[in-house]
Amino acid sequence: MIKEKEWWPRLRTRLLFTGPTLFAFLTVMIVPFIYGIYLTFTNWDGIATTHTLVGFENYGKVFQDEVFWKSFGLTLKYVLFTVILVNTVAFLLAFGLTRGLKGQNIFRAGFFIPNLVGGIVLGLIWQFIFSNVLVFIGEKAGIPLFSTSWLADPQKAFWALIIVTIWQYAGYMMVIYIAGLMSVPNDILEAASIDGANGWTKLRTMTLPLMVPSFIVCIFLTLQRGFMVYDVNLSLTKGGPFKSTEMVSMHVYEKAFLSRDYGLGQAEALVLFLLVAVITLLQVYFGKKMEVEA
Amino acid sequence: MDTARKGFAGVWLKTIGLALVLALFIFPFIFLLINSFKANTAITSNPLSLPQSLDWTNYRNAFEKMSYTASFMNSLTVTILGVALISLFAAMTAHYFVRNQTKFNQYTFMMMVAAMIIPFQAIMIPLVKIYGTLNMLDNKWALIYMYLGFGSPLAVFIYHGFVKGVPAELEEAALIDGCTRTQTFFRIVFPVLAPTTATISILNVLWIWNDFLLPSLILVSPHNRTLPLSTFSFYGTYSVDYGPLMAGLVLTILPVMLVYLFAQRYIIQGVMQGSIK
Repeated sequence: MIKEKEWWPRLRTRLLFTGPTLFAFLTVMIVPFIYGIYLTFTNWDGIATTHTLVGFENYGKVFQDEVFWKSFGLTLKYVLFTVILVNTVAFLLAFGLTRGLKGQNIFRAGFFIPNLVGGIVLGLIWQFIFSNVLVFIGEKAGIPLFSTSWLADPQKAFWALIIVTIWQYAGYMMVIYIAGLMSVPNDILEAASIDGANGWTKLRTMTLPLMVPSFIVCIFLTLQRGFMVYDVNLSLTKGGPFKSTEMVSMHVYEKAFLSRDYGLGQAEALVLFLLVAVITLLQVYFGKKMEVEA
Repeated sequence: MDTARKGFAGVWLKTIGLALVLALFIFPFIFLLINSFKANTAITSNPLSLPQSLDWTNYRNAFEKMSYTASFMNSLTVTILGVALISLFAAMTAHYFVRNQTKFNQYTFMMMVAAMIIPFQAIMIPLVKIYGTLNMLDNKWALIYMYLGFGSPLAVFIYHGFVKGVPAELEEAALIDGCTRTQTFFRIVFPVLAPTTATISILNVLWIWNDFLLPSLILVSPHNRTLPLSTFSFYGTYSVDYGPLMAGLVLTILPVMLVYLFAQRYIIQGVMQGSIK
């Protein structure tokens, strides 16, 4: 590559090419991240111009904040179910839609539709479905399961959140699995057929191992989105009834912006970030170990 | 013969099965559409009934109370400028990093990739504090700037992979012919990267157009609201009158659906390509 010899044209090119991105990246992500670590050692209330350093007090409070750990436990449960169910549904859809079925492109396009709409709007639509449409059907058809609104019952509201999440993300993950399935080389599958392998054997011993990269991506995405869920939580249940479905993101938001306890809120956000980072990195690390070459 | 018939029946069963699942995916939208044309009493007494006529009252109501035109324009401005700035600057940065592989550039690139794991929730509190002190809240230009910051790591990462595939000889030829590096980038490299730009833009449009948490923290006054914000606040203030609410939701979804109708293939391809990286 030909380079400018003089220092000024060289610097000018560097600034032009990397300046805007790096400046925005540093000021929007890195500086707030570092400043956020500092905030956890203060007792800032969001209004006062001054705040005092309180050492590790906020972290001590994080471990005593029972509501935080309760909502973290609930989020863990939610993540467990959504990761398994979203990926199962998505993989099955992808598997059914990569075998040359007539109209498979229309199906793919249809399943993807919920991803065009943000979580807020999806949650509002389902709020209507759960509290009006299903209740009406339940009353008319005499199905007790639906005759009262799911969103009014703590247990059922939790499952309502899971159903909406599956519906929201299955189409997106399906697209990623389709890309993975299409990259499995056909010749080895044909060779296996000639050797007498049936469909299930081929799936188990060849397709699934070769799909590990897609599983890593999809599980990573569903894990991260699951732990950070906020939009659907807010618009579908508002954390209710009686705060029974308040996920950890919403708890952090309320600690900081509603209870005006910024130091504690940020400390909880950081603890959450560290836990999620460890979990997702472990998942990618062990996933990579399972990768095979065709 | 026997296996052929079995295969035929199997295909039909599978198609019907998939159609049923698809119906499950689509039915919320259908109910939304049906009820958006009905009066509140008709909705609550029977949400399954079809509307008597195409009554646009709900739409007119929602359109006005959501200040639809203003929110739509806000969403459009933020999305278009955000997506354009991310693509342009990220492509330049990725190009620079690939062609000047110094230690400093490599570490900077690695830091950007590593930062992708930081969720927005871990930054939002100090972000509001810092930009509040700088008096930059309630300003959609500040929001666009933030999208550049949050969006560039992934975009630089994806471009980085593709710039490596652009032959350096192509650029050297242009430089020898007297192009400056900037001209070379805009005339040779950026056009070659067009498919990547399309992928990144699609991912970013879906993200920015539908984003809620960041704009809800930055944009305070009603006239600055983007569509998801005004939909949500509309839902909060008129939570008893279902008719206009349904119409409002349809109005919010409509623009994306229209784009999807025409660009469906590219959007799905974009998601595929974005995930392979």
